[in-house]
Amino acid sequence: MMRKISAALLAIVGAIAIGGVALQRHEPINALWILTAAVCVYLLGYRFYAAWIAARVLSVDASRATPAERLNNGRDFVPTHRAIVFGHHFAAIAGPGPLVGPTLAAQFGYLPGTLWILVGAVLGGCVQDMIILLLSTRRDGRSLGQMARDELGPLGGFAALIGTLIIMIILSAVLGLVIVNVMKHSPWATSTVFATIPAALIVGLYLRLWRPGRVLEGSLLGVMLMVLALLAGGWIDHQPVLRPLFDYAAIALAGFVIVYGFCAAILPVWLLLAPRDYLSTFLKLGTVALLAVAIVLTHPQIKMPAVTAFTDGTGPLFGGKVFPFVFITIACGAVSGFHALVASGTTPKLITNEADVRLVGYGSMALESFVAIMALIAATLLDPGVYFAINAGAGVVGATPAAAVQTISSWGFPVTVEQMQALASAMGERTLFARSGGAPSLAVGMASIFGNTFGKGLLALWYHFAIMFEAVFIMAVLDAGTRVGRFMLQDLLGHLWQPLGRTSWYPSVLLASALMVGAWGYFLYIGVIDPNGGVNILWPLFGISNQMLAGIALSVATGIIIKSGKLRYALVTLAPLAWLALVTTSAAWQKITSSDARIGLFAAADDLARKLALGALPPERAAVAPQLIFNQRLDGWLTMLLLAILWFVILDMARVCVRRLRGRPLRSSSEAPYQSSRLQGAAAQARP
Amino acid sequence: MRRAAQWLRRRAACVWGGLRWACGDDAYERYRAHQAARHAGEPPLSRRAFYEDTQRRKWSGVSRCC
Repeated sequence: MMRKISAALLAIVGAIAIGGVALQRHEPINALWILTAAVCVYLLGYRFYAAWIAARVLSVDASRATPAERLNNGRDFVPTHRAIVFGHHFAAIAGPGPLVGPTLAAQFGYLPGTLWILVGAVLGGCVQDMIILLLSTRRDGRSLGQMARDELGPLGGFAALIGTLIIMIILSAVLGLVIVNVMKHSPWATSTVFATIPAALIVGLYLRLWRPGRVLEGSLLGVMLMVLALLAGGWIDHQPVLRPLFDYAAIALAGFVIVYGFCAAILPVWLLLAPRDYLSTFLKLGTVALLAVAIVLTHPQIKMPAVTAFTDGTGPLFGGKVFPFVFITIACGAVSGFHALVASGTTPKLITNEADVRLVGYGSMALESFVAIMALIAATLLDPGVYFAINAGAGVVGATPAAAVQTISSWGFPVTVEQMQALASAMGERTLFARSGGAPSLAVGMASIFGNTFGKGLLALWYHFAIMFEAVFIMAVLDAGTRVGRFMLQDLLGHLWQPLGRTSWYPSVLLASALMVGAWGYFLYIGVIDPNGGVNILWPLFGISNQMLAGIALSVATGIIIKSGKLRYALVTLAPLAWLALVTTSAAWQKITSSDARIGLFAAADDLARKLALGALPPERAAVAPQLIFNQRLDGWLTMLLLAILWFVILDMARVCVRRLRGRPLRSSSEAPYQSSRLQGAAAQARP
Repeated sequence: MRRAAQWLRRRAACVWGGLRWACGDDAYERYRAHQAARHAGEPPLSRRAFYEDTQRRKWSGVSRCC
């Protein structure tokens, strides 16, 4: 009875909050409405939809022994309390994606992004994560690629592998670009981010040599070093002698990020990658909690309109109409295919009881979606004029501050040079114009939330704290992505020449790392020299590849559901798959065929080539034009490849389903046979 | 009063234990307990070797996301 009453209350509060968001169209809306609506939607989805899927579609069986119990080795297969698995899984899936995507999509106004984050997560992303987690748990923790191979066939598995490799490359490039844009000509940000590297090395040595495995002590030491780095950065910023040592142009910083990525891929994990990850996890969880508290306490007004004129495709951050581009710009936070890799990696080996997948799979994704909502709030509480001045590239609004404010004000979003100057100096920066990539505007938003909650005098400190927070875990993802990409490349190269497949043979390690870093380094370099900021090309490409991966994951899930004879429930995964196939195909199609140079990649290349031939470009742009032209064509071909992989896997799934429905022979299910659990429920495993 | 203090101490120990487990701070102790229970004959890894091996296993697959 109590549960029914609480569910009814949730539904009523949620309906009022969503009504509030929907009806207050011509007056500023308070962020609390959005926050309340989001929380109610997640809780209702969790309470009803997730429970229904677990019971009916997946037939979750609490009496069935999980691989953590059957294969318990005290190391990677360990039955773990579900609250802890939830924490691990959330820390693994929550990266910079849900912060950057919603910030960029705010150019359409707050409404399209908010709706897609809520609907996409509850009906798509959370469902995908939970189902893949359960399917992998039932298959001894096998990876998405292996499941695709086992259930669909070798070609489907190979397509999944190539798709994963491509997304790793694009992800690393775009994230590298985001931190380069954060650090360029900002000695405070640069010195702080640089200082986190020796901090990680010290923690790495501490955890290996001096106090092996004492993670809590090491992390505490690391957090203190990070705070020191933050304060030291502020001090350096005021030293005329030291300041120029950390003042770099974007291109030099890109070189630094590339060299760093290479080092991180070949050094032992305990030295750099693992300690950096401990620090980034602590910082991430702490900041997310702090942000939630601060938004509730300050309940800021949203200043961005619900829907802007840029839904027609003329947006300054990236070109393209609200359909389909809002759906690929916000991938993480709504549906993220990448999560399927984590949900079929470490997490299934820790699940004590099948019933835990609802909390771990569905719940973690709902929380990540909540982070995306907070990022959207932080971006839309800025004055729209300020938001566009920070995020729009110089190629769109003009290279000088005067030109930029004139262009932006002419769109109906007034902003002045003095206002931007005052904001920059309050944040401890020289300028905030044209810092595309989403991270700086998010940091300004976060700093103003934190400043209003905990004291305005420390704005510059909060801004750089937010920058450090973003940079640290972007670099953690960069390290981990490059390393995994290296292993995948070595696996592929091993088919060509066997010794190259040995993961510990140094020539092979160096070659595969260089190839991987070279690949994303190339896209990063092009993004840096692009006068439009580069993010406008790379982020949509990342979105398309991420949604392609989600398409693969949902295809595998649909195939398995139909193979297990549950055709009537197939819509649970088929509906999000159909939607993703529609938005990804239409976005990719526009990227390939559009004649508008702001959207179409080939059109942009042709347009630039024509201007170059006519001599209509200023000399500094003419110098880089040939590289940009080549790159835009390359991106166009890459988009075609991604689209082909997506449809190949979907058709492969359809083939398997048709065979099943016609009663033809199929590959047998790769599910591990039922074994009864001997654990006395999750409670017995609660705590040591 | 004494009961309240006891309850508080038990809760604190519980939270501390959970925190250590969540971070992996007690991974080695749990590994030793597992070895003692299941593979009593084999010599266990040293603390350092165990830490290194755990990290290598953790970072050879996809364990961080966008």
